[in-house]
Amino acid sequence: MATDSQLATWEVFIQSKPGANYIHAGSVHASDKQMALQNARDTYTRRGEGTSIWAVPTSEIAASNPDDNDMFFDPANDKMYRMPTFYVMPEGAKAI
Amino acid sequence: MELLEKTDKTDKIHDDLLKSFEEKIDRDDTIEPKDRMPDGYRKHLIRQMQQHAHSEVIGMQPEGNWITRAPSLRAKQILLAKIQDEGGHGLYLYSAAETLGISRDEMISQLHSGKAKYSNIFNYPALTWADIGAIGWLVDGAAIVNQVSLQRTSYGPYSRAMVRICKEESFHQRQGYEIMAKMMKGTKDQQEMARDAMNRWWWPSIMMFGPHDTESPHTGDAVKWKIKRHSNDDLRAKFIDKTVQQAEVIGLTIPDSDLKWNEARGHYDHGPIDWTEFFRVIGGQGPCNKQRMAHHLKVHNDGAWVREAAEAYREKRDKQLLHL
Repeated sequence: MATDSQLATWEVFIQSKPGANYIHAGSVHASDKQMALQNARDTYTRRGEGTSIWAVPTSEIAASNPDDNDMFFDPANDKMYRMPTFYVMPEGAKAI
Repeated sequence: MELLEKTDKTDKIHDDLLKSFEEKIDRDDTIEPKDRMPDGYRKHLIRQMQQHAHSEVIGMQPEGNWITRAPSLRAKQILLAKIQDEGGHGLYLYSAAETLGISRDEMISQLHSGKAKYSNIFNYPALTWADIGAIGWLVDGAAIVNQVSLQRTSYGPYSRAMVRICKEESFHQRQGYEIMAKMMKGTKDQQEMARDAMNRWWWPSIMMFGPHDTESPHTGDAVKWKIKRHSNDDLRAKFIDKTVQQAEVIGLTIPDSDLKWNEARGHYDHGPIDWTEFFRVIGGQGPCNKQRMAHHLKVHNDGAWVREAAEAYREKRDKQLLHL
């Protein structure tokens, strides 16, 4: 039984309707891409939840470390001029 | 945190980490897999989530027994879909538990060794078709009360799995209640079957919420860390309160002569629960403990060649791709 395993894990992303973002649903175990897609379909779309599925080997996902959040996301914190509300619009201007 | 050696300096780091974790819990932030968490929090979740996953999977057995004997094609299709859902729910939960660093292999081997448990209720047999009604209505009904509460649990992957499960679970309860209602409108024998199933499943169902709050060994930390949002007794009361009315509508009597509305508490009072029975069954002496585990082991071992073949096929394909 030494060779027995539950197979590798894959992360599953589902698009709920055409045009929507792919959203993480959970993971499945599978030996290859085809099995990963079929298992993802059977596990996460039994009630028409999806129009499209991505399955990605879990080991291939790069994830940021929450301990580094302050430093990691710092570049965005002092650039309020990226927001439309930063700008002063002349009074009376419409549709802007 | 658990990897740090114990010195004064690491104690300080340990305290700081615990404090920032508890602040996050206080703010009602969800905890995600890569967040720092106390060892006890991780251990509690692994224990609870894998028990929950094993329960879904073992729970397929009492009902699976009735697929070939369902009284109509409609009933058979519904039962198949329901059992497939239970398998799916087990997979959502295993997948969520794996984010805590335990592998599926390890969870299954802990189930087989007896280190990990599953819900006691599945150690009872499904004797007649009315039992399928009672399981859906009462057992799934009790599970739903617990799972609705767990949708707000503090661990993100667990909470998200619960949201998904709750969406699917209400059909399970309704199909069970429909079976019971139909049988209560049927022949005398069918009514008797429904009453018998009610009488056998009622007490095990209300035991599903676990020991009374005063006796529950895992409640303290689980409440503090918001893994658990409501106490065992509160959830049990919620289940009893809504089930009494449903039983009345279809003409069934709950087998508890002490059951009566308590105006002051705003809940039904119930008679004493036979905890000796509960612990006897947990301890392995229930009617089906051995059968459930033997079946799981057999299917697991019989299926090993499929997993091996899948791996061998992948290796062969990888080699072929290299030579292209």
